[in-house]
Amino acid sequence: MKKTYKIEVDCANCANLMEQAARKTEGVQTATVNFMTQKLIVEFADGQEPKTVMQKVLAACKKVEPDCEIFL
Amino acid sequence: MQALIVNTLLAVVILTAAYLWLVVGRREGSMTQKQKSMLRRIFVSAAMLLVLQLLPARVFAGLDGILFPGAGRLVRFVLYLADYYIIGHDILKKALKGIRNRRVFDENFLMALATVGAMALAIYENGDYLEAIAVMLFYQVGEWFQSYAVGKSRRSISDLMDIRPDYANVEQEGTLMQVDPEEVEVGTIIVVQPGEKVPIDGVIVEGTSSLNTSALTGESLPRQAREGDEIISGCINMTGLLKVRTTKDFGQSTASKILDLVENASSRKSKSEDFISRFARIYTPAVCCSALALAVLPPLVRVAGLGLSPQWSTWLYRALTFLVISCPCALVISIPLSFFAGIGGASQAGILVKGSNYLEALAQTKIVVFDKTGTLTQGVFEVSAIHHNQMEAEKLLEYAALAESASSHPISKSLHRACGKELDRTRVQDVEEISGNGVVATVDGVQVAAGNDKLMKRLGIAYKDCHHTGTIIHMAVDGAYAGHIVISDIVKPQSKAAIAGLRAAGVEKTVMLTGDAQKVARQVAADLGIDQACSELLPADKVDKVEELLSQKPGKGKLVFVGDGINDAPVLSRADIGIAMGAMGSDAAIEAADVVLMDDDPMKIAKAIKISRKCLGIVYQNIVLALGVKLVCLVLGAFGLGNMYLAIFADVGVMILAVLNAIRCLFVSKL
Repeated sequence: MKKTYKIEVDCANCANLMEQAARKTEGVQTATVNFMTQKLIVEFADGQEPKTVMQKVLAACKKVEPDCEIFL
Repeated sequence: MQALIVNTLLAVVILTAAYLWLVVGRREGSMTQKQKSMLRRIFVSAAMLLVLQLLPARVFAGLDGILFPGAGRLVRFVLYLADYYIIGHDILKKALKGIRNRRVFDENFLMALATVGAMALAIYENGDYLEAIAVMLFYQVGEWFQSYAVGKSRRSISDLMDIRPDYANVEQEGTLMQVDPEEVEVGTIIVVQPGEKVPIDGVIVEGTSSLNTSALTGESLPRQAREGDEIISGCINMTGLLKVRTTKDFGQSTASKILDLVENASSRKSKSEDFISRFARIYTPAVCCSALALAVLPPLVRVAGLGLSPQWSTWLYRALTFLVISCPCALVISIPLSFFAGIGGASQAGILVKGSNYLEALAQTKIVVFDKTGTLTQGVFEVSAIHHNQMEAEKLLEYAALAESASSHPISKSLHRACGKELDRTRVQDVEEISGNGVVATVDGVQVAAGNDKLMKRLGIAYKDCHHTGTIIHMAVDGAYAGHIVISDIVKPQSKAAIAGLRAAGVEKTVMLTGDAQKVARQVAADLGIDQACSELLPADKVDKVEELLSQKPGKGKLVFVGDGINDAPVLSRADIGIAMGAMGSDAAIEAADVVLMDDDPMKIAKAIKISRKCLGIVYQNIVLALGVKLVCLVLGAFGLGNMYLAIFADVGVMILAVLNAIRCLFVSKL
């Protein structure tokens, strides 16, 4: 399953860091951060509940870039 | 001298910030709240810094006499510290958070470390606080500029693609109501007034007008539309009032789909983007480690090896300079921005590129393979001659049209047109289509075979060849040869120039694939200057042919397939890059292709390649510029020839230049 979330992040490198953090989160198959359109596209692994996974993704992203925001 | 430069720069920052804050900031939606508050901080801190700089030293020295010895030094320190706090408190906070999350080596940490280090050196020497604050200030200016420029270019790119309709007019109880286009159901009658955008795809039920499609196709010539015509969203109604029955939801309409496609295109990342984000991951830690080494090793060597004084503070300063240069942001920001701008510029020219990766790959195009029909030719067939007919020409045409009436192939349509009357399908029975050969059917109880020479051979009927070029349909009625019909397709007027344009753009080989007879294919290829023509191909053969060409192509070159997107989806997806043309309103083509040309002008292929070249050129310029300047500054810093101002220029200045350079990707209309 693929879902797109609106995000807010200020610098391009931070966006890269967020992307890496999201990819490493459990339950995420792959993730892409589009800095230009301020979007996060997450593909979830089979049988994962997006809501719980996204909480983890948000926590992981906050860790690498405290200033970022994901609108769930 | 240096003080003069810094003071001038500060004055420039103050004036610019004041202008942006008071003039631009007032405009609705021009800045986010975050940007506005940052701007105020930059203004206040720059002004305070300039005042502190211009105060003569004896003001503070005088304090010593009035209060207590050392008071001047303390007051001076507190004032500078306050200024430092105003401009840098968020960076310090983020750096602390980063450390708590065990993430050192991010830019906040580096900036904090470098400026706190510089402050500490300044306290120790009661010297130059200016440097730490100025570095922080210029860093913040850079960050602000980056966020402003990116936001602004994002908006201007969306404005370029100004096809998003804001409302739809629906007639309710005799009055026109403006409603959200998302709420309009399929089948509703909407009213489009002159000057308005068509909000939703539909069919015109009343009125005639001319439509401006330039936002969709880049074509400036208006298109005529009248009752019964299909109309697509995103066009601008220019002259008359139109009533339109919608055939799609807003979300499924052309305008929404195109916007969606363009906006998401930059999510498919290019190789250069991947390379840079991998590079950024090594670059920052590497520079930090070198900074540490620079701070520790030379003093130790001086003490232990050379017996000189260690000069700790000099080397520490050089190491801090290193840290300022270590942020990879200029590199990282400029590349996606270039592609984003390139995709935006291309879409304005009627070329939709579905990903940064495709925009990047287009530059390496070496082989272009065309599907003939509808790509190089107009795909509108016309019956141009009837030869050797054993019966009246009209009768023969009618038989042919009836036999082919079940097919939706352009040829059967042109037969129908030439026949010029309504066809009664009940007269046709037992239709058998033989792929790549033709049709055998029973018409009015008589067996009719219509097809190419292969069909005649298959049926064992002697046929007469034709000296005309075109598609030849041999007819056999009741088992006897009844003559042939010549149908020719018209080559598009721009095709020849388009092939020449491709060659000029560096394409090494052009190939044409067609299901037509060899003679026709050769003739068209020779006329247009195409290198290779492969004829008499069945749809499945086209995939094989493309596979064969793929295996022959030189290493890094890319193979582009251009089709009309109607029945060549497998080939479009097999090629490195699939281009569908004339796609306005064709969902299938937009789905299958990697690059979509909104109108059917083959010149756009060369243009797409040129846009890609330009964009990639700018990306390389940015990479070389950013890395080059940073390397030079690193070397200068290590030998003590550069100071922190140089370092901050290497960081912020280069980023600003790279962003401005990236914006050039937008301007593609002259290519």
